Amino acid sequence: MNQATDDARAQDDLGPLGPVVDWAEQALEFLGRRVLGEYEVDEFGHDPDLVEHVLAPLLRPLYRHWWRVETRGLEHVPASGPALVVGNHAGALPFDALMVALALLDEHPAHRTLRMLAADLAFDLPVVAPLARKSGNTLACGEDATRLLEAGELVGVWPEGYKGLGKPYRERYQLQRFGRGGFVEVALRTGAPIVPVAVVGSEEIYPMVANLRRLARLLGFPYFPVTPTFPLLGPLGAIPLPSKWLIEFCPPIETAHLGPEATLDPMVLFDLTDQVRDTIQRTLHQNLLVRRGVFG
Amino acid sequence: MGRCVLVTGAARSTGRRLVGALAGEAEVERVVAVDDLEPEEPFPPKVEHLAVDLRSPALVRTVQSAGIDTCVHLGVAAEPRAAGGRATMKERNVLGTMQLLAAAYHAPDLRRLVLKSTTAVYGAAAADPAVWTESMPHETPRHGFGRDAIEVEDYVRSFDRRRPEVTVTVLRLANQVGPTVDNPLTRYFELPVCPTVLGFDPRLQFLHEEDTAQVLLRATLGPARRGTFNVAGDGVVLLSQAIRIAGKPPLPIPEPLVNRVAELVGRTLDFSPEQVRFLQYGRVADTSAAATQLGFTPKWTSLRAFEDFAARLRRLVTEEQVVRLEQEALGLVRRAAALVARRLA
Repeated sequence: MNQATDDARAQDDLGPLGPVVDWAEQALEFLGRRVLGEYEVDEFGHDPDLVEHVLAPLLRPLYRHWWRVETRGLEHVPASGPALVVGNHAGALPFDALMVALALLDEHPAHRTLRMLAADLAFDLPVVAPLARKSGNTLACGEDATRLLEAGELVGVWPEGYKGLGKPYRERYQLQRFGRGGFVEVALRTGAPIVPVAVVGSEEIYPMVANLRRLARLLGFPYFPVTPTFPLLGPLGAIPLPSKWLIEFCPPIETAHLGPEATLDPMVLFDLTDQVRDTIQRTLHQNLLVRRGVFG
Repeated sequence: MGRCVLVTGAARSTGRRLVGALAGEAEVERVVAVDDLEPEEPFPPKVEHLAVDLRSPALVRTVQSAGIDTCVHLGVAAEPRAAGGRATMKERNVLGTMQLLAAAYHAPDLRRLVLKSTTAVYGAAAADPAVWTESMPHETPRHGFGRDAIEVEDYVRSFDRRRPEVTVTVLRLANQVGPTVDNPLTRYFELPVCPTVLGFDPRLQFLHEEDTAQVLLRATLGPARRGTFNVAGDGVVLLSQAIRIAGKPPLPIPEPLVNRVAELVGRTLDFSPEQVRFLQYGRVADTSAAATQLGFTPKWTSLRAFEDFAARLRRLVTEEQVVRLEQEALGLVRRAAALVARRLA
């Protein structure tokens, strides 16, 4: 029997299995491209092919079904051109950053890729390092952030850094110090608007009751979290709690009218940093009040 | 009067190519090729071969007496074993450059100095910015070629300050590939399996050998431009991608064992420790200054340059095989689905 006609006939009467075959076709094409190295990454190492076919599909179930993420204010994120998204950071592992990025990729009308700035530890850990770059992120330094914004990209920054990720449960939704406000300097230099984002829900996924500082230092980590289930239950204890999430993007704070010279004025930097921080803190409090419960 | 150009490191492939191109230019009156090695093919007739080491007094006499107006310094070696051991390599690279510059300082007709340097001066580390521009402060690589290149650049910059009437152009070239290039990195991709650092996938940039020749020619004969310029093909290639294009299986090595393996493999490749770090963290340099100020844009992108080099490799996995497998698997899925669909109906 001729295989080509067999395949063609098979295609006609697949019925409900049609989508499955389409999916298989796409998956096989993807695998073929990967095996032959036929894909392109940008100068930061962003690999859209891998994000679209592997990384985003892995995170989507968490976004939709585990944390049931709801987004508001997506209209405040520009459809094109540079902007600096600044958010609160908590929950031991940076799931909040990943969910904000997925919200922008999936739910923003322009399907924007958020290029996030991560600590240098992320680029020194095996497996994490290449994934961080391939999903579009880069090192949190002025040079990289400026370069991305000048290229018209949407950049994400979490100024609390490890202080936010590694804070105890009792301090949830209390913003930590916003570093030295380096992100404001970058925004001013490039004239990019700042879009504050408040994430409710991420601060409950790993209720951290203690921090084993000495063990962390031994392992070279910034903190070693102890939650009611971790490390007590081993890997099972590392499953995040299914809190109900609400991500709200706030109205943009324009910086273009201040001009790049404003970076020289420490008062402008402090004021803008405070303005961003206050906006996020206020939005967090508002959204916590309307939330029915931690698990929604 | 035509141009008189002195080229150091002239007998190796890059030098041989440049010397050949210079000899073919009408405006070039005289080419002096300095290298203590004999070239694989003889130099063209217009070329005088000065078969001496850079540290030789004969070089001083030639540089100063012959009305040399341009000096192209390609004589910084990257491969310790080929250079006769790391200590000899360092001595030849650094002391050789000092001697050359000392001679050039008193050369009355010298108007232009071109140095072939490397993007290896930026080192390779996790906390590096994603893209290096020429002016960014960088940590000094502690070993090998990168370290030598930094010291050589420092001497050249100090020469630049002391002889302001000489235009000094420093070209930081990315890793070179091409059909005839033979260097530690091309030898790495020629291995039957390519060892990688487990869990790392660095970004790499390549420069095609034709573009290397072009940019050197432009810096030598084109409009004089003072400054330091990164030169690399557009775009980046991930190591994993390069290995797949080369059609080789990767062999991931856990980080604690990497130095052991590198020592073993490194001996055959003539690898230095900094190149191992390069294969862990990678390096990307910004090339916009070369485009805007030097007016040079490589013809080959990093990806195309690498593909052109990889064409000479024996692939273990070919495109036809992959396409056939893909089609067979899809046919199988289709038939299985059709079967199930018929049963359901």
